[in-house]
Amino acid sequence: MVAIIDYGAGNVKSLQFALDRLGVHSVLTADPNRIKTADKVIFPGQGAAGAAMEKLKLTGLDALIPNLTQPVLGICLGMQLFCAHTEEGDVQGLGIVKESVKRFSSKVKVPQMGWNSIHQPTGSLFKGIPEGAYMYLVHSYYVPLTSATVAKANYDGSYSVALQKDNFYGVQFHPEKSSKQGQLLLHNFLTLAS
Amino acid sequence: MLTKRIIPCLDIKDGRTVKGVNFVNLRDAGDPVALATQYALEQADELVFLDISATEQKRKTLAELVLGVAAAIDIPFTVGGGISGVEDVAVLLKNGADKVSINSAAVKNPSLINELADQFGSQCIVVAIDAKQIEGEWKVHLVGGKVPTELDLFDWAKEVEQRGAGEILFTSMDHDGTKQGFANAALARLSEEVNIPIIASGGAGNVPHFIDTFTQGKADAALAASVFHFGEISIPELKHQLNQQQIAVRIDKI
Repeated sequence: MVAIIDYGAGNVKSLQFALDRLGVHSVLTADPNRIKTADKVIFPGQGAAGAAMEKLKLTGLDALIPNLTQPVLGICLGMQLFCAHTEEGDVQGLGIVKESVKRFSSKVKVPQMGWNSIHQPTGSLFKGIPEGAYMYLVHSYYVPLTSATVAKANYDGSYSVALQKDNFYGVQFHPEKSSKQGQLLLHNFLTLAS
Repeated sequence: MLTKRIIPCLDIKDGRTVKGVNFVNLRDAGDPVALATQYALEQADELVFLDISATEQKRKTLAELVLGVAAAIDIPFTVGGGISGVEDVAVLLKNGADKVSINSAAVKNPSLINELADQFGSQCIVVAIDAKQIEGEWKVHLVGGKVPTELDLFDWAKEVEQRGAGEILFTSMDHDGTKQGFANAALARLSEEVNIPIIASGGAGNVPHFIDTFTQGKADAALAASVFHFGEISIPELKHQLNQQQIAVRIDKI
């Protein structure tokens, strides 16, 4: 069973439909037991970091998520909240990755919106996804390059477009909106060994 | 590298696509889901659905359509047309729309942009601006370009950015339907004066028009309807030619 963490993040419907297309049953839930016992957990995210962390704290999910042991996939803001801190509202994140999320400078249009190529994709999450594959991104804040970086993109410099730390996987792009290559990434995540 | 986006626009009335759509290999071109699926396969980067129906069931029909589209396609899409409040937006996003586009409602009540951006995030709020030149000045128009306002295009664009819009969809009413090219001078000025992405709309007639709007017009994306619907320009061929002009576009490898 795949659990999608329900904390009011926007547009989880598209994610659910993408999983449906892969023939995978998912449940949208905030129930700690269902999340703990799921084979895979997806941590979606959209909107403001501060409001999202508040909601996670209200339900105790902020303490639960970092202690999960099965594969967890953070998407977009979900990946950013894996980090220790974000400039967006000066908010403390979950601290799984010791990095601080920064805002793109005014040298580029903010938000970055559209399809960008990803570089040096590494590890089982990117199996079959070639160097230079295009993924769909919408974001104003980014994770700098870190030891946990498993794929990069260029926008206002090179940054982390995917992270991996132990059983925690994060992607800045929306795989559910990234055509065939996004579907392949979701498939790869769903078939990781638990 | 971030690529330039190609965006077909589908006009929707009572849950069906309107304007003649002449698509080969499509049994029912009036079915928005079938058409959207076809465009996604052709590597359109995004889709816009513009609802022009005026019935009382409009909201319900559109919400159902969004659900059907989200279930079928794996590229982002924007929904617009008559959206006037937070509740409208909440339903459309919940059903799977990635972005919503607001137009007249924003002009009548600019604080709606702040409200929507605060509640749902700037990334999903597109402000559509229709404008045409009156005595050399670009003036914002309402109701599909029929009703002029006193608003200057560039002032309004800056205001919507400050209020939290994530993107601007600019349609030149002087160019729309002419197939003579996009309003590149105005587009380039918009890109200089605001720091959010700009979608060019109105005037697409051939491939060089797209090249021009991405180079001279500095547009981040280009939207068109009839040239795609009637098969006058095929998206894979358009992207191939843009690529040959060193314009970054998404051409998928798998």
